[in-house]
Amino acid sequence: RDFNERCAQCSEVNWGLTDGGRFYCRSCHNVTERTREVVNTDFITNSRVQSISKGLKKQEKTDGGCEWYICEGFQLVLKKQVEALEALGVCPQMKDEILCNFWRCYLQKSKQAYCKRPAGETVKALSVCESSTDVDSDPERPSLLHLLSLSESEGDLQTDCSFASSLSKVSESTSVYSGSVDGSLYLMKNQKEKLRMTMPMTLSFCYMALLWVREPITLSELLRFVVEGHIPYLNVFQHFPEKMKLCGLDLKIFCVESWPVYEEVFNKMHELAAFLDLPRFPDITENCFLHPDMLCMKYLMEANLPDELHNWTCRVVKKIGIGEVDFLTLMPGNKSTRKVKYDVLAAAVIVVVLKLLFLLDDHYEWLLSEFAEERNKNNTEVCMFYSGGPYFEFKKWYEVVKHSLDVEQKKLDEERAKYLWRCEKPLFYSVKNKSKVLKRRQMVVNLQNQFGKLSGSVQRAEKPNPSSFQLRWSEENTDGSCFHGHSLKGILQEKYGLLTAMNPDYWLCTVKLCNEKLCGHLAHYREVEFPQSYHFVLGLFSFLLRIQPSYIHDEVCMIEHKLFNKKLCKKLKYNTVLRK
Amino acid sequence: SSNEHKLNFKKSKEACLSYIQDALLQKQWKRAAEFLTCYVESLEKDYSREHIGPSEMIWRIGTEILWHHSQSSMKEFNCFMEQMKTLGVKRYLKVCLEHVFHLLCNGQIDEAYQNLSLAESWRFGEQTAIQDKEMKLIQAYRGLLDYCSWSKQKNILLEHGEDGFADLAVEQEMHGYFRKAAVNLKEIIKIPGVWDVFVKCYVDLLEFYGDHNEARQVLNEYAYNSKFPANPNAHVYLYQFLKRQGESKKSLISALKILHDIVPSHELMIDFNTMLQKSKKRKKRRLGLEVIFAALDYAGWKENAKAWSCLARQVKQIVISEKHLDWIKQEWNSRKDWWPAFHFSRYLAKRNWQENKSLSYEKALVAGILLGKDCKYFKYVSHQGCKAQLKRFRMLKKFVTRHNPVYLRISG
Repeated sequence: RDFNERCAQCSEVNWGLTDGGRFYCRSCHNVTERTREVVNTDFITNSRVQSISKGLKKQEKTDGGCEWYICEGFQLVLKKQVEALEALGVCPQMKDEILCNFWRCYLQKSKQAYCKRPAGETVKALSVCESSTDVDSDPERPSLLHLLSLSESEGDLQTDCSFASSLSKVSESTSVYSGSVDGSLYLMKNQKEKLRMTMPMTLSFCYMALLWVREPITLSELLRFVVEGHIPYLNVFQHFPEKMKLCGLDLKIFCVESWPVYEEVFNKMHELAAFLDLPRFPDITENCFLHPDMLCMKYLMEANLPDELHNWTCRVVKKIGIGEVDFLTLMPGNKSTRKVKYDVLAAAVIVVVLKLLFLLDDHYEWLLSEFAEERNKNNTEVCMFYSGGPYFEFKKWYEVVKHSLDVEQKKLDEERAKYLWRCEKPLFYSVKNKSKVLKRRQMVVNLQNQFGKLSGSVQRAEKPNPSSFQLRWSEENTDGSCFHGHSLKGILQEKYGLLTAMNPDYWLCTVKLCNEKLCGHLAHYREVEFPQSYHFVLGLFSFLLRIQPSYIHDEVCMIEHKLFNKKLCKKLKYNTVLRK
Repeated sequence: SSNEHKLNFKKSKEACLSYIQDALLQKQWKRAAEFLTCYVESLEKDYSREHIGPSEMIWRIGTEILWHHSQSSMKEFNCFMEQMKTLGVKRYLKVCLEHVFHLLCNGQIDEAYQNLSLAESWRFGEQTAIQDKEMKLIQAYRGLLDYCSWSKQKNILLEHGEDGFADLAVEQEMHGYFRKAAVNLKEIIKIPGVWDVFVKCYVDLLEFYGDHNEARQVLNEYAYNSKFPANPNAHVYLYQFLKRQGESKKSLISALKILHDIVPSHELMIDFNTMLQKSKKRKKRRLGLEVIFAALDYAGWKENAKAWSCLARQVKQIVISEKHLDWIKQEWNSRKDWWPAFHFSRYLAKRNWQENKSLSYEKALVAGILLGKDCKYFKYVSHQGCKAQLKRFRMLKKFVTRHNPVYLRISG
């Protein structure tokens, strides 16, 4: 059953679970009679969940393994991930109530559990980790290579080649196998309509839950935590219990060899929300962390920009209506509204504000900076104290931030090159190559030891503590490298009682937006076509959010078109500079 | 597109490799080791589609690091090499061979020999046939080491011989090494290639045991068989052998002819010119002039007094006989634009005079003939020479002045 029913008392849809396993309405605390069978999030034995077709091997196998289904594996993964999130400080309800229910709902909708198995589907796959000589030559069974080519896993496991080639030597009629019961089935059918579970999708689940609870973690942060190792993803399967043997096609499902991409996780999450028929998510209001006003404040701080800019970001947000509850709150299944990327949106707002105030055409901002420098030279310290901080100098800011950014980027690049993808748990496609795999692993460990000793004093440091801020600037620094308290007065003027920018011009990133549905982007960003300052600013946020600059560019275009809507409608065939 | 940004295993390892490469180029062995530690897990992936797989990368990079790293020992190095041998059966013999080279560089001749013997006895199905070339090399190097042992025994024998000892055991051993060495060395030089060291050793053996015919045949093959790559040393070895054998000038000259064609700047050009100058045949003398001029085109010969004296002698002889001045004209034609600055500048005149009076004498003679008595070089040197009251310089001045019209005819 779904939990979309309205409360009998207050007509709200806001359910929680009591300790006794009953539903209660959070708004009015009305307890219903409906109960939910408490499902242990730990390893589930099969008999309860699925109907099993005849002809399957006995449960306990000689190697101590047992039967397990792919979705159980994913359940374990999710459990680990949400526990990690809890350790990061996320509220505990996320695990037991939110994510749990999402998952169960998914299992039900995708007919993997809590339902009668449709008659046509018989799970006949043999888990043959112990015997590969079983010749069950069923001509209808798809060949191994066929299966491998079908699945559109995002990272091409290059072991496919050796896997396929090593197998083709064994026998044509070897049954496809996996440690799990339904591994081959999982990969085989085109389950697009049922939204087949993948590793990146586990993060979509996490993000969805985070969004529901409105935790102050953006998607880019979540993904960064994953890469930094605070949230299990890469080698989660090593935490599967011993009895769950992982081999063969399971590897294709659970062993990823690439980091998830923002777009992918984001889009999947929305697909998922629609698939689960979820209602409107809890409102994102002004007090929410994910609201552009809040995120802008955070990013302004991180980008070492003056606090005064926040007034401007709020003004832009207000003007184009992206701070509205209805705009920001997720309504699953609503295809007409553009999906909101909170972090990218906030970053884009800041970029637009910078363009408004500084133009960023590789001339004007430096000019303004010179003026500011002059004024700063002439002012005494007392003067500065009273007028609220020195004049903000774009040039100084650029130098300071670029330096830090370069240092961090270099560190990041090196980290990426030094990343270790493998873990202790050996992976093998079949028993036949188990010994080879183990030998290789041993050699790798030996070599790592040998050369590790020669690396000098550089030892792999402990994982740094997860932090929300990647760049930090302190006002206590006397070297003037913190710009938070600097003033924008040099570039502002009063007109008709309103504070406006002295900069009268603005250039649009693009005059015409692309059709996102057709080509995937609103605009196409090529570095050479834009000013260096603009590229720098995009690069800064691209680093902070760990996404491509083109995504931020898209949002900037979107914001600009909303902002200058009227003027654009009046016609502008040519790529000219607009007057505000 | 989003896929460019996507960091995956393959890209991460590619980046890792480029960091290793940078570190190696800058001789930062610690840093290279650091990144190699992260790279080695590539072994667990299949790269059969790539041109060079991770196992080969690791072998080559690891060898470099261990060879140069200050904290690495020979023991570690050997241990690593043994591991690499097990990594790729298709490369087994190659790895063995390179390991042997390193051992030899480190002076561990005995270990090298053991490794070679071990490798020689390796068999692995069809791989044995595929790696036939490497096997031949291994046998050749073992032959080489056998030759070294032979050489050692020979020296012992010679010493004892002087003392009057007849050491039978040593002699037997020596002959044993000879047989082993000869068999392997003979095999490798059959295959087209550059086998200088093998050829030399083999010829040495043959000569010692008096098999001059075989030696001659081997050297001829090595020098003249078109299947073999052009190798100046082949001709040098042949020439040296013929000289040892007391062959006629004619055959000596023909041996050096090709050397002149391949390497006009070879040091043997002096010998060559000397022989050619003395020849009765006009063609040969003409060639001699060509040879010595060609040699002096090279910067490495600029201060070679012997070469200059050869040229001076021949030029002087031509001038005095007043025959074949056109030879000089022909040779000078292509050089008159740049030799003056190259050899006969005032700066060089000063320097040559200060450093090597004989050199300046010979050069001055040549300069005086080719450029006339008023050229910078000749003027300076002869002036200095006369000032120093050296007789030959006075003679030189007289000679050049007398034959000044020659210069006009040459340059005209």
